[in-house]
Amino acid sequence: MKEPLIFEYSLPGRRGPTHAPDTMDAMDGLPADALRDELSGLPEVSELQTVRHFTRLSQQNFSIDTHFYPLGSCTMKYNPRVCNRVAMMPSFINRHPLGPEEHGQGFLHCMFELQDMLKAVTGMTEISLTPMAGAQGEFAGVAMIRAYHLARGDTERRQIIVPDAAHGTNPATATMCGCEVVEIPTMADGDVDIEALRGVLGPQTAGIMLTNPSTLGVFERKIETIAALVHEAGGLLYYDGANLNAILGRALPGDMGFDVIHINLHKTFSTPHGGGGPGSGVVGVNERLQPYLPVPIVGRREIKHGNDQYIWLTGKERPQSIGRLSAFMGNAGILLRAWVYMRLLGARGMLRVSEYATLNANYLMARLVQAGFQAAYPERRASHEFIISLKDIARETSVNTMDFAKALLDRGFHAPTTYFPMLVPECLLIEPTETETMQELDAFVDAMVEIRDLALRDPEEVKKAPLSTPVRRLDDVRAARQLDLAWPGR
Amino acid sequence: MPFIPHTNDDVAAMLDIIGAQSTEELFQEIPASLRITELAGVPEGMSEADISRLAQQRAAHDGGVVSFIGAGAYEHYIPAAVWDLATRGEFYSAYTPYQAEASQGTLQLVYEYQSMMVALTGLDVSNASLYDGATAFAEACLMAVRANRKSQSRRVVTTRAMHPAYRSVAQTILSNQGIELVELPIRNGTTDLDALAALEGEDFAAVCIQQPGFLGTIEAVDEMTDQAHAANRLVIAVCNPLALAVLKPPGSWGEAGADIACGEGQPLGIPLSSGGPYFGYMTCRKSLVRQMPGRIVGRTVDVDGTPGFTLTLQAREQHIRRSKATSNICTNQGLMVTAATIHMSLLGAEGLRRTAARCHANTRSLAAKLAQLDGVSIAFEQYFHEAVICLDQPVAPVLEALSAHGILGGYDLSDDYPELGNAMLVCATDARSEQEIETYVTCMRDVLAGVQAV
Repeated sequence: MKEPLIFEYSLPGRRGPTHAPDTMDAMDGLPADALRDELSGLPEVSELQTVRHFTRLSQQNFSIDTHFYPLGSCTMKYNPRVCNRVAMMPSFINRHPLGPEEHGQGFLHCMFELQDMLKAVTGMTEISLTPMAGAQGEFAGVAMIRAYHLARGDTERRQIIVPDAAHGTNPATATMCGCEVVEIPTMADGDVDIEALRGVLGPQTAGIMLTNPSTLGVFERKIETIAALVHEAGGLLYYDGANLNAILGRALPGDMGFDVIHINLHKTFSTPHGGGGPGSGVVGVNERLQPYLPVPIVGRREIKHGNDQYIWLTGKERPQSIGRLSAFMGNAGILLRAWVYMRLLGARGMLRVSEYATLNANYLMARLVQAGFQAAYPERRASHEFIISLKDIARETSVNTMDFAKALLDRGFHAPTTYFPMLVPECLLIEPTETETMQELDAFVDAMVEIRDLALRDPEEVKKAPLSTPVRRLDDVRAARQLDLAWPGR
Repeated sequence: MPFIPHTNDDVAAMLDIIGAQSTEELFQEIPASLRITELAGVPEGMSEADISRLAQQRAAHDGGVVSFIGAGAYEHYIPAAVWDLATRGEFYSAYTPYQAEASQGTLQLVYEYQSMMVALTGLDVSNASLYDGATAFAEACLMAVRANRKSQSRRVVTTRAMHPAYRSVAQTILSNQGIELVELPIRNGTTDLDALAALEGEDFAAVCIQQPGFLGTIEAVDEMTDQAHAANRLVIAVCNPLALAVLKPPGSWGEAGADIACGEGQPLGIPLSSGGPYFGYMTCRKSLVRQMPGRIVGRTVDVDGTPGFTLTLQAREQHIRRSKATSNICTNQGLMVTAATIHMSLLGAEGLRRTAARCHANTRSLAAKLAQLDGVSIAFEQYFHEAVICLDQPVAPVLEALSAHGILGGYDLSDDYPELGNAMLVCATDARSEQEIETYVTCMRDVLAGVQAV
């Protein structure tokens, strides 16, 4: 069902902003030429109209709370309600970011514990919570690598090595940090091509960015060799924590030889994805990069005869820091949600996260393979996600990955990640997460089989999908050519 | 086992299908030298009841104060419906709308958000938001350097009248790309126009103007905009969006209007929450849209001709262009934009204008009352909803004494603006009652008397 734009409910004079002051105070302290004459283009609607409109809009979304959402590389696990409730406690949400430390001891204490727990799960020496998304964590990481080399007078190290399977943010980040990107190929078994790596290492190498398990859904078995080679060449190793969920409590990036890591709290630590953010891309480093961590960081001051005091460490204490990345201290409320999640699960709960995420992925891969689907790396164990290639079906029936994705929507499943990594043709990257039941995974397999069978029988029928969603396939070309980015009725 | 739904029978059946003896076996590709079997340093888990109790105890340390601090984050009344709706699972637990047909709720909402930001700023197009005001400002500088075809310069003019943290964040982000920020001094709390005039003949990609400035003051935006355009510089407006309900929108500055507007979206229904999550907004002229960073939602039609919404202009973005993208940004601040769109719908233009005007009136009232006390004065006469208050003694001990009375009296400017002397920035929004303002003034009188008595 179509829902009109909020503006289409608007009628002039239907105001009654019950949530604003009941009179308009004079703007008498300001010069007239600084003021605006009128403000048009905002809706005039009642509270009930607003509530109905946005409730109806929400009902047009697929979400974790309503659908299985196996979007590979995004870790769409259940977001516990209690995490939100704690973060929305009045004392937490009303705390001003510039309020004095003594009126923020509760919040700061939680943040200090969060830093400590994140050190433990990554094997790094120190954590900064300030980056506001994975991509910002990546920026912080590469900026720290640059700062490290520059501080040593090593001005020629400007190359960042990135495997061809990497997420698009990796090369984009390297560019944002003023570095040059060098791509290296992946072997047929999914591991990095070591010889190709040797070939590009040199005095110009700033570092390498790796995701492990990789975006191909397999653990990089030669990680220790890679670390040794990169370090020998004078470069540093960056760990993209997109897939940390797979190895939580099984191996530590710090032990693998990584110098810097970012963690997507909205993946592994279950903070909400919110329709596309806010995320959180906290960073961790070993001793080498410690001086360069972005500020602020939460510190602890020991006080005699009393409780410890939690304090902000800023540029004053950390003169070599790469600096600030947000106006205050990043997505604090998201950090609180992650703190609740980590304290709830505890050490054993976290081991179960990787255990059941891996069990679900390997089970779903095995079931799909048994049903005749083609795994991209059939000889490998899946990590917490895996890739199915539909290239044979696409060739035989003309039903491609996009068609499969849309047909899944009609069967009540959010589609897996499509056409990523670009390395594998016609691919689906599938990540079930640990919070799904076996029965849900079985239903997904049934849907995949049903679509495949229909594709063989009547491909045009599959290509019509989706039929049950509020709209059918959209004209993306028209969207980009005839730009309509704002309501024109103003 | 929190959130793990598997029964023992499930696990046995699943391992059987996989062909593994145990879940342990599934990790066999991790080299033995790297395997760990426990997480030292992480405490044992807690029940939901216990974590709730612990959180209550922690939160109890932080509440019970009345804040008169602004400085880039403002306490406004947020209608109950805003977060009730925004935290519906269908918004809260959805992701970036890659599958447009299954994400029309989020997509239509973002289109409505973009429309509202266009209305507030008076520019043509908006993106779906950036991380916060400071990073939006940094991205605007990058965008201006890319977009200004009349200038080859990698320098941008900024001003000490702008939020110090914004300048600092921009420095972090821009310095890595060799872009230089040239900072103008202030005079009477606003950008020194003579210093700006002295840059005549020099090549700059853009001039940044914050309105109102960090010190609450009003910049000569028309004059600055025209001057910048005459020198082939783009104009980046940095504005509090609530202030734009009453102040002249960037699109109307000077003869031609500003080129890019950006800022902190927090005043539009986002709680203070220790500094985040907030959202940065960005709007611009239509001709610059292909240089804009971040997600953008467009309206189009489906195969049946039904109108619908989709992410568009994705050729700018990292997942397509990789190292040649306009920015590495991947997400927006979707949940915050959801709340802001609901907030703006509930308040409407009139509600936003009244709220903005009440903030102005409350701060004027507070400043006037404080200035009646001995040793207290107002530094600058014209301001929106923050005033610089000067004391005849150092600010820090006074704020500390007020804080002991449960009043957060303002933001100490001594570190960021030593040239202003013993100065602090005070803000009384619509969330402050007349009585709270009175209490502050009374407390301040007592504190000043007490401090002087020592």
